[in-house]
Amino acid sequence: MRMRFLFVLLAVQVAVLLGAGNARAVQVERVVSPGGIEAWLIEDHTNPIISLDLAFRGGAALDPAGKAGLANMVSGLIDEGAGGLESQAFQGRLEDLSIRLRFSAGRDVFNGELRTLSENRAAAFDLLRLALTQPRFDAEPVERIRAQILAGLARRAENPNSIAARTLRRILFPNHPYGQPVEGTPESVESVTVADLGRFVAARFGRDTLIIGVVGDITPDALGQLLDKTFLDLPARAGAFEVAAARPSGAGRLVIVEKDVPQSVVLFGQEGILRDDPDYYAAYVVNYILGGGGFSSRLYKEVREKRGLAYSVYSYLQPMDHGALVVGGVATQNGRVARALELIRAEWARMGEAGPSATELDDAKRYLTGSFPLRFSSSGRISGMLVGMQLEHLGIDYLDRRNALIETVDLDTARRVARRLYDADKLAVVVVGHPDGLAASDPTPKPNG
Amino acid sequence: MFNALRTGRPLAAIGFWLLPAVFLALAWAPAEARVFDPETFTLDNGLQVVVVTNRRAPIVTHMVWYKVGAADEASGESGNAHFLEHLMFKGTKTLGPGEFSRIIAQNGGRENAFTGQDYTAFYQTVARDRLDIVMKYEADRMANLVLSDDEVLTERDVVLEERRSRVDNSPGALLGEAINAALYLNHPYRLPVIGWAHEIRQLNTETATAFYRKWYAPNNAVVIIAGDISAAEVRPLAERYYGAVAAHPVPKRARIAEPPQHAERRVTLKSARVRQPSLSIVYLAPGYNSPDGARAYALQVLDKIMGGGATSRLYRGLVVERSLAASAGSGYDATVVDGSEFSFHVSPRPGVEIDRVEAALRTEIADLLDGGVSAEEVAAAKRRLVAQAIYARDSLSTAPNVLGRALATGRTVADVEAWPERIAAVTVAEVNAAARAVLRAEHSVTGALLSKPTS
Repeated sequence: MRMRFLFVLLAVQVAVLLGAGNARAVQVERVVSPGGIEAWLIEDHTNPIISLDLAFRGGAALDPAGKAGLANMVSGLIDEGAGGLESQAFQGRLEDLSIRLRFSAGRDVFNGELRTLSENRAAAFDLLRLALTQPRFDAEPVERIRAQILAGLARRAENPNSIAARTLRRILFPNHPYGQPVEGTPESVESVTVADLGRFVAARFGRDTLIIGVVGDITPDALGQLLDKTFLDLPARAGAFEVAAARPSGAGRLVIVEKDVPQSVVLFGQEGILRDDPDYYAAYVVNYILGGGGFSSRLYKEVREKRGLAYSVYSYLQPMDHGALVVGGVATQNGRVARALELIRAEWARMGEAGPSATELDDAKRYLTGSFPLRFSSSGRISGMLVGMQLEHLGIDYLDRRNALIETVDLDTARRVARRLYDADKLAVVVVGHPDGLAASDPTPKPNG
Repeated sequence: MFNALRTGRPLAAIGFWLLPAVFLALAWAPAEARVFDPETFTLDNGLQVVVVTNRRAPIVTHMVWYKVGAADEASGESGNAHFLEHLMFKGTKTLGPGEFSRIIAQNGGRENAFTGQDYTAFYQTVARDRLDIVMKYEADRMANLVLSDDEVLTERDVVLEERRSRVDNSPGALLGEAINAALYLNHPYRLPVIGWAHEIRQLNTETATAFYRKWYAPNNAVVIIAGDISAAEVRPLAERYYGAVAAHPVPKRARIAEPPQHAERRVTLKSARVRQPSLSIVYLAPGYNSPDGARAYALQVLDKIMGGGATSRLYRGLVVERSLAASAGSGYDATVVDGSEFSFHVSPRPGVEIDRVEAALRTEIADLLDGGVSAEEVAAAKRRLVAQAIYARDSLSTAPNVLGRALATGRTVADVEAWPERIAAVTVAEVNAAARAVLRAEHSVTGALLSKPTS
């Protein structure tokens, strides 16, 4: 009989900083099961529920040529029948026990979430195991989910927001998988076969690429046992993969997709900054000031508050594994698009040239640090954060260090990073609508779905 | 009836609020049901304060619900309630425009607001030691709002852009407005919360100020606080800030009534921008406060049976077994001041004509009315409804949203706490009777969203 050792490395008593010495400890524990599966755990016995988030590295960016949407389709199907349970039986079991099990595909990761009452945890983890290791891909659910994806694509086909997003992606990454839609196109989704689905699972689900975060009513011991029961059936190693580095194209382009709608939707983007870049935190603070800060951002003030030009105007950083963007958007009536764009370009350039003011920087840091505890508003959000921390190699003590990382951004750094990042001439712009007085820089790229 | 609109703050919307309640069940038969276990007290000026303690993180969510919404607007002033909600951020006697939000942000708080037919709500989530600040400034704008034409007219443009984003750009949303307008012959629920564009353009400082003076008062509001705090800790803060706001008389909410309905209606929107057709059938239904409001619990069980998940009748029948629909479901929400709606919706699989899907849906409805629901279906639906509710307790924002909606629409804390028992008590006979009473063609509108060939 083998001795079973459960290693629990008590990570850090993490004080969630609030300012005036009102700290409450959040303890993140690194749990390693006897079989060697690692999960980060925050025990919380307030409510009898358990929240688990997981991710496998490798997502839609690995979809084979002509099969864009494969990862997404797998995510919709592995909970539609697994092991001995066909689709309705599997779903029925989830519903009977009030277990929530969902999967989704991003560009760089394949995600799963499991939510269960403590009393049903054995069943919940077992259904998760089946979904990951023995998905059935029976004909009926495959065709049903395919039809749902196609219906979704159709629904979004003429939606100006979707058109803008797809078009901008293609302009920014014309020759890279990041330019493909995660949900695919009607053609590519039609072409996915059951064999493709099986190959994805066989190649992408491995213990070495698996990341797990758990929050809730479970002890490290009990979790360790469930981790082994659930994940040891997975192959030890996922298939290797490689994704090329992606530098965005399209600098300076303005593309108009003519649509007969009263309000034009505008999206714009340029190269951004990677998550592990030492300047990332400074960029995050600067972007908050420019367009990430909701009601207090420069874009909000100039475009919406002062002039009433838009309901929604924003910018955000989008770091991905193999490339990064900073993206923004605005929607306004056709007659005012040119004016709105002009203002946005001016603000973009102004930020790049002069950076933020000292007051703006202080206010931004105060908000970003003060609001950090608000992220701990539900178990699901927290288990998701635990996965994110591992994906980005932020360290188990990240929750403790994060506010200091924001605080240390000084004005010189902020200005240097603003200069490094924001260049209005680099922006690729897509306008979907019927904008007055705006000239495209070149013809619209051919639509493909 | 999904007429609630989030304000011009597209970011940071807190939580969902469709779940009627939460229940921490230790056994299936909820002998001593507790849902949120709230504490409540009322100030001398009539403001009710409700506190739900949740110590998971040192933060609190603070919500102010005014018992007034779009359905209380004067004729010709559709959109006024939602407009006022936007304008509440534009300054008071002591704060300049936008300063409220700046102060919240400086204190690390997140905030937003929204308007529905029956309520207008403002909320912030902050660290627990900043609660006094949000209460102070929320109480300030409850009494001391100051508006200038400059701010008002600029914000009116923002609201028109919001309407363009949410409605004018969306064939589905345009159809939704047509459905509501056809479903209610008289009652103001027929009007969009955001307002008709031509009426929005007529709103101004006077219309907003008049609405504010008429309806915004501590005796017409509820404050809900959830998080790392107790009622005993909240009380002195509430007395200090909200207690200082003077009560004033507020009219009774008396909406013009619906007459009896005799004619089944159909509205169709065809657009070249629709690539995926869809169809809904919406029936008038009682809400909690209706004379037959006791049916509301049976209708929630019916909603779960018919369209509440992958094993529901509509999904199983239309999507799985007959492969006609890509999606199929139902909807019902009892938390309204006046009447409500019970709805079905379907969308066909690519390649399937929508007429076939409509026919299949109507067959399901007919089967329901002929054969009723089974004991197994009712038991499973009740179990799932009550058990699902445990999750809602996990998120900080659910309690204030659920309690706020209930109290702002004329329900009590006791009603919310009793929800699991009342659901558990629903019988097969009650579900069948509710279905027969509600699902009458002459009380319905069918709305179809169709493609239009471009050539």
